[in-house]
Amino acid sequence: MARYILGRIASVSLVLLGVSVLTFFIAHVIPADPVLAALGEHARDDQIEAFRRAYGLDRPVPVQFVVYLGRLARGDLGVSIRTRRPVAEDLREFLPATVELGTAAWLVALLLGIPAGILSAVYRDRPFDHLARLGALAGASLPVFWLGLVLLGVFYYRLQWFPGPGRLDVALSPPLLRTGLLLVDALLARDGAVLRNAAAHLILPALTLGLFSTAVIARMTRSAMLDVLYQDYVRTARAKGLPRRRVIVLHALKNAMIPTLTIIGISFGSLLSGAVLTETIFAWPGLGRYATASAVSLDFPAVMGVTLVIALLYTAANLLVDLLYARIDPRVRYG
Amino acid sequence: MHASTPASATAKLAAAHSRRRSLLLAARRSPLAAAGALGVIAFVLLALAAPLLAPQPPDAQRLEYRLAPPGRAFPLGLDQLGRDILSRILYGARLSLVVGIVVVALAGVLGTAVGITAGFVGGHMDGVLMRVTDVFFAFPPLILAMAIAAALGPSLTNAMVAIAAVTWPVYARLSRAQALVLRRQEFTEAARAIGLSDLRIVVRHVLPNALGPLIVQASFNMGEAILIAAGLSFIGFGAQPPIPEWGVMVSEGRDYITTQWWVPTVPALAILLAVTGFNLLGDGLRDLLDPRLRQR
Repeated sequence: MARYILGRIASVSLVLLGVSVLTFFIAHVIPADPVLAALGEHARDDQIEAFRRAYGLDRPVPVQFVVYLGRLARGDLGVSIRTRRPVAEDLREFLPATVELGTAAWLVALLLGIPAGILSAVYRDRPFDHLARLGALAGASLPVFWLGLVLLGVFYYRLQWFPGPGRLDVALSPPLLRTGLLLVDALLARDGAVLRNAAAHLILPALTLGLFSTAVIARMTRSAMLDVLYQDYVRTARAKGLPRRRVIVLHALKNAMIPTLTIIGISFGSLLSGAVLTETIFAWPGLGRYATASAVSLDFPAVMGVTLVIALLYTAANLLVDLLYARIDPRVRYG
Repeated sequence: MHASTPASATAKLAAAHSRRRSLLLAARRSPLAAAGALGVIAFVLLALAAPLLAPQPPDAQRLEYRLAPPGRAFPLGLDQLGRDILSRILYGARLSLVVGIVVVALAGVLGTAVGITAGFVGGHMDGVLMRVTDVFFAFPPLILAMAIAAALGPSLTNAMVAIAAVTWPVYARLSRAQALVLRRQEFTEAARAIGLSDLRIVVRHVLPNALGPLIVQASFNMGEAILIAAGLSFIGFGAQPPIPEWGVMVSEGRDYITTQWWVPTVPALAILLAVTGFNLLGDGLRDLLDPRLRQR
């Protein structure tokens, strides 16, 4: 097992090196002019020259890459052209909002997707199954940005059941930021009003973002459960007289979770991807919104920073899933 | 050339009959997949016939009727600039169709070439190509597509390149897995034994036998491409207004969601239907090609 973990970490390091090469390639080789985007069309030659020197854009591309890698090794992601602050500092500010939203959406997906998948398989070809499958199909095909607009339009503008865009009402002052996760910080500060308000702000974006993953997880759980429910050992367990619920939860679900786990890991990536659209609609001050604003102004240090951090999170989530996989499934052989 | 004998004509007829029969059987076994196939066919036909079916040119404005609700005069209503939404949806279908085809062609060819090479050649080549594929897998698709589309400059063409750049690795993994199995099959070894070149073996024997899963993926990829392209257009990195692309239409109509709901909702439903059609078709094809699922 230890050998496997070390091997996986080595391969992840290699992938991350590749990720940094690719992000660098996108930013430096693809023809777009960040200087023009930052200074505008009417910039003087001396301003352009100074800008290029300041950001190291006047050096040959291979030299820029070596400098970039050296900085990266020290955790230095460069300075944002748009905010004029170190990118690492920007990311520290915006990442917690995305982590909070992503985690909430992930919970939505797990809490809705797994039970829907199980019930769908257990009641195969019955009305619930048809309804759940249709829902899962629509969830996987629905444009998330439209769903966000509808939820905001109906539940905020019309019915006023939930608060509008942002993480907290303007009238409330945020608690002392310790983790950057508003819910956790409000808990630590024992600020009930902020906690309730922040939780209410989280519901609509989490539902919007979680829908796609809910659909995917429900489909996978159903399919995995169907695979298992017709196995001999499940039939034997039932024949022995074990109660149906016990067989489903203890015998079938445990084994069906193995393939589902992979999808749960992968769905973390789609949550990060979807965050770009969801955060734009809900004015959620997270990485997705930061990435969009940075990409619009061709702020490549910022775009590269976000892309790298997200790839790192994604890869880490997949590594975690692989390790869990090895732990749960004794049949998986590594070496 | 063979001359057509009565016996061969009968055989051809029987084969056609049996194909039709198995299609009908497949449709009966998987009605959702049949619905998906019908949906996709309808989508393609509507896209192709858009100039004939659209009541107005997509950019024609009738400001006096702006935001008119769906009704007899305007079946799907008018938008904030008085443009006929039905006409824009039909022309938008053409764009979505092109997006799907171009992305599948680019991603499919690149991914399959990489995957087959890796699987067939093996060794270091396999290692290097699969590590490159892993790097692309490390990015959530929309983030990478956005970075590429931003770097290339916002346009639908660049969005297609960006989407192909993030979706090819799936084809690579699938075709590699196929090639790994097929290169050890007897017919491949027989072809090698009679002295056929590797390229010829790949093109004549490996590729045709690896196509099944790739066609299934192509169907999913069409839907995915339409969805990502709409998302990119919605945040400004894809098609630009006034192009009647569905994501652009939702974005332009976003302020009317509670008052004139049809302006952003009709294009969103068009995306939903088109993507659902391709997903259903993909599901159905996968079930048909997988003997394990076929029996269930």
